[in-house]
Amino acid sequence: MIEALGPEEWTAILLSLRVALVAMLAALPLAVWIAYVLARKTFPGRQLLNGVVHLPLVLPPVVTGYLLLVLFGQQGPLGGFLDQTFGITFAFRWTGAALAAAVMAFPLMVRAIRLGFEAVDPGLEQAAATLGASRWRIWRTVTLPLVLPGILAGTILGFAKALGEFGATITFVAAIPGETQTIPTAIYGLLQVPGREPAIVSLVIVSIILAMGALLVSEWLARRMAQRLGGT
Amino acid sequence: MISVDVKKRLGAFQLDTQFEAPNGVTAIFGRSGSGKTSVVNAVAGLLRPDAGRITIAGTALFDQASKTYLAPQQRRIGYVFQDARLFPHMTVMRNLGYGGTHDAARVIEVLGLEQLLDRMPARLSGGERQRVALGRALMSDPQLLLMDEPLAALDAPRKAEILPFFERLRDEVQVPILYVSHDVSEVARLATTLVIMEKGRVTTSGPVGTVLSRPETVPLVGPRAAGAVIETKVAGRLLDDGLTELAFSGGRIMLPGLLGVLGQTVRIRIPAQDVILAKHRPADLSALNVLPVTITQVAQGKGPGVAVGLRAGEDQLLARVTRRSALRMELAVGQQIYAIIKATAVGPEDIGT
Repeated sequence: MIEALGPEEWTAILLSLRVALVAMLAALPLAVWIAYVLARKTFPGRQLLNGVVHLPLVLPPVVTGYLLLVLFGQQGPLGGFLDQTFGITFAFRWTGAALAAAVMAFPLMVRAIRLGFEAVDPGLEQAAATLGASRWRIWRTVTLPLVLPGILAGTILGFAKALGEFGATITFVAAIPGETQTIPTAIYGLLQVPGREPAIVSLVIVSIILAMGALLVSEWLARRMAQRLGGT
Repeated sequence: MISVDVKKRLGAFQLDTQFEAPNGVTAIFGRSGSGKTSVVNAVAGLLRPDAGRITIAGTALFDQASKTYLAPQQRRIGYVFQDARLFPHMTVMRNLGYGGTHDAARVIEVLGLEQLLDRMPARLSGGERQRVALGRALMSDPQLLLMDEPLAALDAPRKAEILPFFERLRDEVQVPILYVSHDVSEVARLATTLVIMEKGRVTTSGPVGTVLSRPETVPLVGPRAAGAVIETKVAGRLLDDGLTELAFSGGRIMLPGLLGVLGQTVRIRIPAQDVILAKHRPADLSALNVLPVTITQVAQGKGPGVAVGLRAGEDQLLARVTRRSALRMELAVGQQIYAIIKATAVGPEDIGT
């Protein structure tokens, strides 16, 4: 199986991992914050925010990719600004693939983390407040440790989603080998060429291994968390 | 001295509560939905009143007039919640130390927590959880302790197990306590002052013995729960009969069981429905306790019962008889009669130290 993976396939695998990892690290703080706000705060426009966050889940990925292209392309309002001010370019770069993956994975992350926040009894935070703890200390010592299982679940789910993202990625940044060609776009590219079945099968197996690995790790983490809470 | 004046609209419910709590244990008593928890939440800073003023020893925690509103963190108030609210991811030791380590060794000793320190809250019984929650509140060095039905979630044996800890705490720790409860036995055992609430308002308040022995209190606490609370001293221990003789200003009462040591103060509750009245000193009666009393009040209730206020020495007793008996005996204020108390009527849950 391994022999069937040429340098181009290996590049796609490593790039996929890098794209998914960077997408998760960048999206996580925002996802935690949005999930917290949606779980705990009531404010006008809450439903609107909820809708916007979930939009990539229900929109055709091609549409999301197109919107990213319009907004973050070289001529786009956000893309042009970021390029000129910070020198960050998304169009047809691996960073663009990470952005697409992050946007597509975001709703899944927010949902899982929000469930985590909703499972934390606000009464515990009140108890901590009566014991004199500042809001920051309550967050650090009570809320965050209790919501950690939700955050981990959301991150791993998002990571798996980011690894598999196809439609928005190919629309936004195409599939440039070594720059934006991830596992799914590589498989799609190989399908267009006759006689590359061995490489395709190998990439499919790698995909399955990565996905299963993510699920097993999340299961293991969840069990460890439960042990800690119910522990001796 | 804690002074509470809280007004708050909660949907269709209007909370409009004023009372003062001297040092000691002040019980806030009322049916569920009477607003007890809202009042203590307002004192803790977890519920912001629409108007009013809350002070401890003259310092305002909340004052609508001067726009003072301290956050819970700034109030130094320990709160023992009905559901304990221990942090599930921390050991008992870390829970205890979360708000501070004031007087840690003594708190752990008084509440009997030595064996529990390394455990996680999930592995504690309900009674143990409440003891830890109480210890955690005490170690934060509070100037006031709030306890919101801390025993309501426990069964009778667990209650019996934890009440002596509470009594010891009341006597040893000089922190005023607001104690929310809907259980008269608990109130009678622990409280020094009683505030009775109904539909968001205070209907009556005062020293617990005075309030509970007033006939007007009967409809507020329910006929079965009504009964005087008196402080007595152990005057004799009848080892052969297994009885304890208790002395108070109105005479002597014998109770089954050997309670305390000679001279010890024992507080007992005498349920009103277990006091029988007689116009003449009865003879050849199985009841051991016959006390000469003076009628101070005869109060008609809505039902067939009549609450009769009695003075025995300097203490107040309360009896509940049927209207039929009251008419037949021609009970009237100022009359000298006899109150008969069956020794076994005072149950162990009604005896405190």
